[in-house]
Amino acid sequence: MRAEELAGLVRPRYPDVVVARGEATVVVDRSELHEAFVYLRDDPMLSLDSLSGVSATDWPGRTPRYWLAYDLYSMGHKHRLRLKVGLLEDDPHVPSVVSVYPTANWHERETFDFYGIVFDGHPDLLRILMPDGWKGHPLRKTEDLGGVNTRYKGAFIPPVDRRTT
Amino acid sequence: MSAAAPRQPSVDPAVPAPPGGFREETMIVNMGPQHPSTHGVLRLLLELDGETVVSCRPIVGYLHTGIEKNCEYRTWQQGVTYVTRADYLSPFFNELGYCLAVERLLGIEAPPRAQVLRVMFCEMNRITSHLVWLATSGLELGAVSMALYGFREREMLLNIFEIATGLRMNHAYLRIGGVVMDIPPEGERKAREFLELMPGRIGEYEDILARNPIWIERNQGVAVLSAADALALGVTGPVLRSAGVARDVRQDEPYSGYETYDFDVVTRDGADSFARFEVRIEEMKQSLRIIGQCLDRLGQPGPVMVEDPKVRWPAQLEVGPDGIGNSEAYVKHIMEESMEALIHHFKMVTEGVAVPPGEVHVPVESPRGELGYSVVSDGGHRPYRVRIRDPSFVNLQAVPSMVEGGLVADVIAAIASLDPVMGGVDR
Repeated sequence: MRAEELAGLVRPRYPDVVVARGEATVVVDRSELHEAFVYLRDDPMLSLDSLSGVSATDWPGRTPRYWLAYDLYSMGHKHRLRLKVGLLEDDPHVPSVVSVYPTANWHERETFDFYGIVFDGHPDLLRILMPDGWKGHPLRKTEDLGGVNTRYKGAFIPPVDRRTT
Repeated sequence: MSAAAPRQPSVDPAVPAPPGGFREETMIVNMGPQHPSTHGVLRLLLELDGETVVSCRPIVGYLHTGIEKNCEYRTWQQGVTYVTRADYLSPFFNELGYCLAVERLLGIEAPPRAQVLRVMFCEMNRITSHLVWLATSGLELGAVSMALYGFREREMLLNIFEIATGLRMNHAYLRIGGVVMDIPPEGERKAREFLELMPGRIGEYEDILARNPIWIERNQGVAVLSAADALALGVTGPVLRSAGVARDVRQDEPYSGYETYDFDVVTRDGADSFARFEVRIEEMKQSLRIIGQCLDRLGQPGPVMVEDPKVRWPAQLEVGPDGIGNSEAYVKHIMEESMEALIHHFKMVTEGVAVPPGEVHVPVESPRGELGYSVVSDGGHRPYRVRIRDPSFVNLQAVPSMVEGGLVADVIAAIASLDPVMGGVDR
């Protein structure tokens, strides 16, 4: 199914749908997230039965600061839909979707690890890629890349986020 | 399922054993992260009751290098050299996923000849990856000769990669808007030689393993993962296809012209380690079919990079002794002949391409399954966010379902049949 048709199917229920570059994106509110996933998965026309991934973006200074993107795919209909939800800076909580898509487990752990977004109801919300005792959430835009000066041909080259060029 | 928290030992070790009897307690064993047969730095926390695995918890992150964060600090063009290092056994697929995502954001498409080259190198890469899998799994399960043969044939393909890209891994050959440069005639000739030779060699692998009683004993009925479980856990690639689900991104959501190639999606119904072996062997044969079709299409000359000077890399590149570099003629042109060319070169190299704002998700079929690139641009000269949905990362979630209740020796076969690459898992 083409993205426009897909958007047309979703629009009556979730009006905030956009199609850009052949990809359909629906934005829902956090409170209706769980219900939206169940609907998208179980509706026979949509049948978005698999979750490709969960990713987040951090926009400091904007409201909402965090955007979560869930990339959904339908094995039967072979179409894709992205579901997005915005989260406020002082309340980065979102219901976990592990009960709907078991594969979300590690994706949500990764997003928690990198952005500090708390997935309420997740069975095992621990850091996954960073060490257990790590302070902070490294993919937030407010965190430095880090690194040390490197010596190259006699000169000291600063790490990439502190170079002037 | 893997969702469970680490289970406590079922018997309290503090309770003393009954006099003269065995204490019925389980044992916690760390397998990895430094264990040769966990494919890199995978750590498994196993709870054992004698030889039986009671519970298993995979622990990852030992190879985390911050590739996604690093991408945010470099230009769009430099991103290719980062992502190619994620899953180091399938560098071309990472480059392809990233380039397709950026190209979709830019609204451009690589020229036909570049797409043929991309498909050809990806399919060669699929064979090298499956050969490493076959060689290392053979080694782990006792078929040492398979390890030697697998790496021998892989070397032929690495030579072709070296001729075309200058490097044996981390090629950065696919660039935004096309590929770095055309394949030299020698590369094409070697590819044809390989096509002649390889079907016989794959037959040899089958002779060694497919009817080998030890191989069958170690693999058949081991590490079973049903189609329902695999789908719920998001498992893709040969593992899903070994459970009878004909899911292949190349067929379901074609990219780079895969819809115009003639190939079959291989499935088996065993859902076990042996079925995955059969699927990968057959996939190598299908890849050879695709490479043959690519070589025929390479008869058509044409550009391998888009013409738009605002997108294409300014330099003429060629393979030098230490990889790809600027050709001497080009250096002479910008240093001695044309000031405008020098300015343009400087702008493109330091500042790079500005990509219109937006968000895309592009999946490609890597040797391990669906490799997805979620790329976000804020309209600047650097990626705002690059998220790699690596198939190994997702597939590893299935390890507990595959090994719990089985024997500890079968854990090795289970991990091998998943073919995880920790560079991709940890990124």
